[in-house]
Amino acid sequence: MIEITSLNKKFGKMEVLKDLDLSIMKGGIFAVLGPNGSGKTTLIKSVLGIVVPNSGEIKIDGKSILGQFDYRNNVNYLPQIANFPTNLSVKELLTMIKDIRGKNAADERLIKLFGIQEYLDKKLGHLSGGTKQKVNIVLAFMFDSELIILDEPTSGLDPLSMIHLKELIAEEKAKGKTILITSHIISFVEAVADQIVFLLDGKIYFKGTLADLLTQTKQADLEHSIAHILEGTYA
Amino acid sequence: MLKIFKYIFFDLVRSRWTYAYFLFYLALGFVMLFLSNDVSKAIITLMNVIVVLTPLVGTIFGVMHYYNSREFTELLLAQPMKRSTIFIGQYIGLSLSLALSLLLGLGIPFLFYGLLRSSAIWDFGSLLVAGAFLTFIFVALAYIIAISNENRIKGFGYAILMWLGLAIIYDGLFLISLLVFDDYPLDKFALIATMFNPIDLSRILILLKLDISALFGYTGATFKMFLGTSLGMVISLLVLCMWVVIPTWLIYRIARKRDF
Amino acid sequence: MRKSIILTILLSLVGSSYLDAKTIEVCKTCAVSSIAEGIALASKNDVVLVKEGVYAEHDIDISKPITLRGEGNSVIDAENKGYGLLLFSDSITIEKMTVTNIGNSYTKDFAAIYVSKIKYFTIQNCTLTNVFFGMLIEKSHYGVIRHNDISSDAIEESSSGNGIHLWSCSNLQVDHNELQKLRDGIYLEFVSESKIEYNLSHHNIRYGLHFMFSNDDEYHYNQFYSNGAGVAVMFSKRLAMTHNRFSENWGSASYGLLLKEIYDAEIEYNTLERNTIGINAEGATRVNYKHNYFLNNGWALKVSGACYANDFSENNFINNSFDVSYDSKVNDNKFDHNYWSTYTGYDLDKNGVGDIPFRPVKLFSYIVNRTPETILLLRSLFMELLNFSEKVSPVFTPDNLLDNHPSIKKFE
Repeated sequence: MIEITSLNKKFGKMEVLKDLDLSIMKGGIFAVLGPNGSGKTTLIKSVLGIVVPNSGEIKIDGKSILGQFDYRNNVNYLPQIANFPTNLSVKELLTMIKDIRGKNAADERLIKLFGIQEYLDKKLGHLSGGTKQKVNIVLAFMFDSELIILDEPTSGLDPLSMIHLKELIAEEKAKGKTILITSHIISFVEAVADQIVFLLDGKIYFKGTLADLLTQTKQADLEHSIAHILEGTYA
Repeated sequence: MLKIFKYIFFDLVRSRWTYAYFLFYLALGFVMLFLSNDVSKAIITLMNVIVVLTPLVGTIFGVMHYYNSREFTELLLAQPMKRSTIFIGQYIGLSLSLALSLLLGLGIPFLFYGLLRSSAIWDFGSLLVAGAFLTFIFVALAYIIAISNENRIKGFGYAILMWLGLAIIYDGLFLISLLVFDDYPLDKFALIATMFNPIDLSRILILLKLDISALFGYTGATFKMFLGTSLGMVISLLVLCMWVVIPTWLIYRIARKRDF
Repeated sequence: MRKSIILTILLSLVGSSYLDAKTIEVCKTCAVSSIAEGIALASKNDVVLVKEGVYAEHDIDISKPITLRGEGNSVIDAENKGYGLLLFSDSITIEKMTVTNIGNSYTKDFAAIYVSKIKYFTIQNCTLTNVFFGMLIEKSHYGVIRHNDISSDAIEESSSGNGIHLWSCSNLQVDHNELQKLRDGIYLEFVSESKIEYNLSHHNIRYGLHFMFSNDDEYHYNQFYSNGAGVAVMFSKRLAMTHNRFSENWGSASYGLLLKEIYDAEIEYNTLERNTIGINAEGATRVNYKHNYFLNNGWALKVSGACYANDFSENNFINNSFDVSYDSKVNDNKFDHNYWSTYTGYDLDKNGVGDIPFRPVKLFSYIVNRTPETILLLRSLFMELLNFSEKVSPVFTPDNLLDNHPSIKKFE
C-alpha cells in the first residue's frame, strides 16, 4: 500500500528523517510510536504531502505521490489540533469539505454517533475543545477512503466518544482499510494496533506486531518495552 | 480555488474584526462628509487615512489570519487540492473581505451624500481603487512574511517593520537622497523611486485625480509629462497591478516548497 | 443742485449736437454701399449707420469726429489684408460693429480697431473676432471701451496679439469686455489713471491681464480664469486691485496674480481659487493684502525676492496645499488676524482669536522650494511628521513669521 524508500527530511540543520525506509501493507492498523521529536508527525505529513521531503520516494499503490494531489481523495486525515474558521457553522464546514472532495459522505451517521446534531448550526468558534475534536473525527471518517491517517485521535475526547472512536476504527479495519495512527496513549495503541512502527532519531527502530516487540524487548507490556528501548539507547 | 475562497470569505465577512473595520470606515465616511461639508477636503483627509491605514490593517490581518488558520490550512492541505489553490484562495478571501469593508464602509456614506453631486465621484473612485490595491498588496506581503516565518512573533515583527519601512522610513530615505543629490537631475530617479513603494504610488495616484496634480507639473517637464497626462495614470495603475501580481506569484512559489 | 445743473447743460449740448447732425445709411443696396464711402460723405458729428451685411473692407480711416454705428450684424471683413478701423480724430464713437479676420503679421501690429493720439473716444458693444490684435490704442486719453467681445484662436505667443493693447495712455475706462483666446487679454504699458472693471478675460495663452510700468491705475470686479499664466502686474506703483477673481490658472509656472516690482498697492477682497500659485510676489513693497480669499490653491502665497513692509491681514486661507512659501530666513512682512484652515490651535477665552500663534510656512514648503522633486512626498505620512516637528521647534523657517492672532472663524 505505502512504499517509502530512503526518505530524508531536514528542518534547517536538524535532520528529522534519515534515510527512512518503510513499507506498509494494505489492511490493518499501524501505530507509529516514538519519543517527542523522533519524526512521527513528519513521517505522516510526508505521506500526506503536507511536508515536502528533501529526498527519497513515497509511493502509494505503486504510484509516486510527490508533487501530486489527486491521491489524497483516497486518504482521510485527522489532524492533531482541531482548529477551524471560527465564523463558519459546523454544517458549513462539513459542506465545504464535501464540496472540495465531491464524494459521497457518511456524515449523518457520524453526527448522530457523536451526538453533535445540536451543534450543527453553531459557529465553530463557539464550540468546546471536545466538541471540536468530535467534528474533527466526523471530517476524518465521513469519506470512504483506502488510507486513514490519525494524528493523536484521542486528545480531548470523553470516554463515550473514545469507545465510539475505537468502534469506528475497528469498523474501517473490517472493511479492509489501512489505518495509520500516532498516539501517546499506550493503552489505546495496545487496544487497537495490529502492527507497531517505532521511530527513533528519524529511523525505523522497530517494525512488527505488538507480540514481536514484547518478545524482542523481553518486557511484559508495551509501556515497559518502550521504556526499555529508550533506556537502552539513551542510557 | 473558488470553493476555498468562498468559504474563507464567508468566514471572514462574519468576523467581528471585519465588522469593526467596516464600521470604522462607515463612521469616518459619515463624519468626514457630513461634518466638514466639503467633499474635496473630506477626500484629502480620507486619503491620508487610507494611505496609512489600509496597508497597516492589511499587514496585521494578513499575518494574524495566516497564523490563526495554520491548523485549518493543514487540514486543507490533506485534501485533494493543489497547494496554490489553497493559499491563493485564502489570500483572495481575506483581501477581498477587507477591501469590501473599505468599499462599503466609505461607499455608503458617499452614496448618501454624493449621488447628487457627482463631480467628486472620480476623485472618490480613485481613492477606493487605491485603497483596494493597497489592501491586496499588503495582505500579499504579509502572507509572504508569515509563510516564511514559522515563529509568529518574528513574523509579526517583520510584518510591522515592513509596514513601517514602506509607510515612513522609505520616504525618509527618499527625501534624504533627494536633498543630498540636489545638484543632479533627479526627476527620473524620483519617479522611479516612487514606483517602488506602493504606498507612495497610491498616494500619487489619488493626488493626480485631485486638483493638486498641477503642483507636480511645477517641478519640471518630466513630472509634467508623466504625471500631468493620462500616461502617468496608466503606468501607475499598471505598476500597482504588478505590485499585486508579483507578491501573489511569490506566495505561490513559496507555498509550493513549504512544510506545515 | 450743482450736479443737476451740469447734467442739464450736458444733456442740452448732446441734444443740440444731434439736431444739426445727419445720419448716413450704408447698405449693400443703398446709394452708399461701402463704409469708407459713408465716412467720406459724413461731416462732423454725423452718424454713419451701417446696415446688416458683410462689408469686405480694410484700413477704414476715420479722421473726423463722427459716430460709426452698426445694427448688430454689421460685419467688416478685413480678409486678412490689414487693419479694420483706424481712428485718428478726437470724439469718435464706434458702436455695435463687428470686425473680423485680422491677419497675423510679424512686422506690423494689425488690429481690428487701431486708435492713435486721440481723446474722448468711445468703443462699445463691438464684436471683434479672429483678430491678431483686438484694439491697439496708442497715446490716447479719456476713452471708454465698454461691452466689447474680443476673441481669436491664439495657439502660440509669437504669432498672436493682445485683446486690448494700451500703450502710453491715460484716463481710460475699460469695462464689461469679454476677452478670450488671445495672447494677453488686456495689456497695459505706460498707462496711468485708468480703470479696468467688470471684464471677463479667459483662455488666453499668456496673461488674462498684463500690466507694465503703469501707475495710479485701478482694477476692480474683473474675472480672470483659465489663462496660461494668470495675471501679471509688473514695475508699477500705486495700484488698487479689488474684488477681482483669479481662478483656474493651473499650469507648471502658473499663478493667479504675479506681482513683480510693485510699490504701494492695495489688494483687497479678491478671490484666488484653484491656481498653482495664488499670489506670486517677487519684489513687492508696501502692499496691503486684506480680505482676500485664497481657496484650493497649490501655494496660496509665494513670497520671494525683496518683499518689504507688506501687510497680510484678515485674509482667508482655505484648503491650499501650501499656505505660504518663503525663500528667505528673514521676514519684514506682517501676517496678522488671518483665517487659516490648517490652524489647529484653540481659543480658550472665546474671543475669536486663536491662543497660540500660527506658522504659515511649513517645513515641507521650504524643502520643496529647495528641491522641487520632493513635491512627490506631498501629503505623505513622513512629511506630516516632519512638518509637525518643525511646528514644535522651528529650525528652517523664519522664527518671526507668525500670525499672532489667527482667526478662529473665517471671514465672510
